[in-house]
Amino acid sequence: MIYMVLVFSDNRNLNIELLSKGSELAKELGEKLTTIIIGKSDEELANEYIAFGAEEVYIAENEIEFFKSEEFSDIIEKIINETNNNYILIGSNKNGKELASRLAGKIDAGCIIDCSNIYFKDKKITAERTVYSGNAISIEQFNSLPAILTVSSKVFDPLKKDEKNKGNIVKKKYDIEKSSSKIINVKEMQSESVNVEDAEIIVSCGRGFKNKEDIKYANELADTLKGKTIGCSRPIAADLKWLSEDHWIGLSGHKVKPKLYIAAGISGQIQHIAGMRDSGIIVAINKDPEALIFKSADYGIVGDLYEVLPKLATALKNKIS
Amino acid sequence: MNIIVCAKDVVDASEMKIDSNTNKPILEGISKKISDIDKNAIEEAIKIKEKHGGKITAITVGTPDSKERIKELLAMGADEGVLIPYPEKYDYHIVSKLLAEAIKKINEYDIIICGEASTDFFSGQIGPKIAGLLNISQITYAFNLNVEKDKIIGERNMGENSVTTESSYPVLVTVTKEINEPRLPSLMEILGAANKPIHEWNADSLLNDTNTKIETIDIKGISMERKNIVFKDNIDDSVTKLVDSLSKDGVLG
Repeated sequence: MIYMVLVFSDNRNLNIELLSKGSELAKELGEKLTTIIIGKSDEELANEYIAFGAEEVYIAENEIEFFKSEEFSDIIEKIINETNNNYILIGSNKNGKELASRLAGKIDAGCIIDCSNIYFKDKKITAERTVYSGNAISIEQFNSLPAILTVSSKVFDPLKKDEKNKGNIVKKKYDIEKSSSKIINVKEMQSESVNVEDAEIIVSCGRGFKNKEDIKYANELADTLKGKTIGCSRPIAADLKWLSEDHWIGLSGHKVKPKLYIAAGISGQIQHIAGMRDSGIIVAINKDPEALIFKSADYGIVGDLYEVLPKLATALKNKIS
Repeated sequence: MNIIVCAKDVVDASEMKIDSNTNKPILEGISKKISDIDKNAIEEAIKIKEKHGGKITAITVGTPDSKERIKELLAMGADEGVLIPYPEKYDYHIVSKLLAEAIKKINEYDIIICGEASTDFFSGQIGPKIAGLLNISQITYAFNLNVEKDKIIGERNMGENSVTTESSYPVLVTVTKEINEPRLPSLMEILGAANKPIHEWNADSLLNDTNTKIETIDIKGISMERKNIVFKDNIDDSVTKLVDSLSKDGVLG
């Protein structure tokens, strides 16, 4: 049996991070690390992947314009059958999650989504993942191969780029099985290009805000603090669309770890807590003294955010200046 | 339209506590519920049925008492329920295989709907894995569905992009929480659900090979230690105390 390691993501940065972990696993097995590019033949990218640790790059040349799980899983299945790769790491963006899961069904493999760590234990590939909305870590071990694991961005650091690395580039064309679905439109999600994941201080808004215009109270508070960004809970981004989804913090939104997190008018649903629980200091402002958010906060003020936020902004301004 | 909804019966993670001695989550005594997003899946199925007619079957792989939660789905509007009790050992793979085999046994279906992920493990693999097992097309993360006689169009939240995908039938769809607001059944509907059938299918009758591919070797609780200081004085005093505390903690600079 050959125990090669295969990594794939349609996102370059994520693929480079996967190559780093893949390279470590391949070394431990004494085997080769392969990655795949699907789409246009991009030798420059292939060479970059080699510089980041890939020993073999498959370029599956085709005219596919947009990602579709049916087609991508078909191509990857064919490459797996050709190469006997048994450890498959896939980037855990939304495309990657549905791709990995579908592939697992097609090739009858086990699959673990969103691994926060991957290692060999008793010679078996083992992964850790967060479960129960961030209340626990589950440690799961494969007792069969092939094994498919997905990893989100920023879980593993990329290797140092080394232009002297040597690798093999294999260009191939694959016949793709026709599927009964087609993509008819792709448009960018509304975005304000904020990056809550890198923010040092976040002022976050929840359902306690009565109107879209009132978000200005959070903005005014944030303006007094350095390295600040506005965040929000699910209803504000997903249901009301008062802020774009790049502000959304929670289990299905972004996971953040600022040094200071101020939750204003957020009730503290467990899905929201899962996105911000790694913050340094958490402050909650809510007029309901029973709000769940206080259980997850270091400091809380029971009061109307419309009164508290302006006063807090003024007090912070005085303190900092 | 014949619609199958896969719904998971989960523990309510918001009630979960961590045992400080063993550092394990305490699962006993926590109330159970149909995973939130699976309720959106059933709601969407009902909306499709209201427009096009047909039949809705809800399948749950769960514990024997999951029947109680399946009744809720019947009260909302599903026509029949299927409970597959967990075999002795199970993992994501076994659960997806059981669901896929149950779907094959039902045989007549146009749309399979799942929530994008369950609220307990939030893996989200079961839906697309079933699509892979059945080799049918998939429309994932749908926040809007437009169902026509011979095709379905889904608008999908793919993170940076919103992707519109069209498919003929059969198709597997996973939905997000935004797609609808699940209804609360009336008392009459709750009473009426008692007459709807819930079939119980054994894992052994559906699967020859019940070997798992993944074993959970440990679950460790993550305790969240916070100061939990709540200022309840008048707002001005509370604000002053808060700013002093934050300054002392060194998080303002």
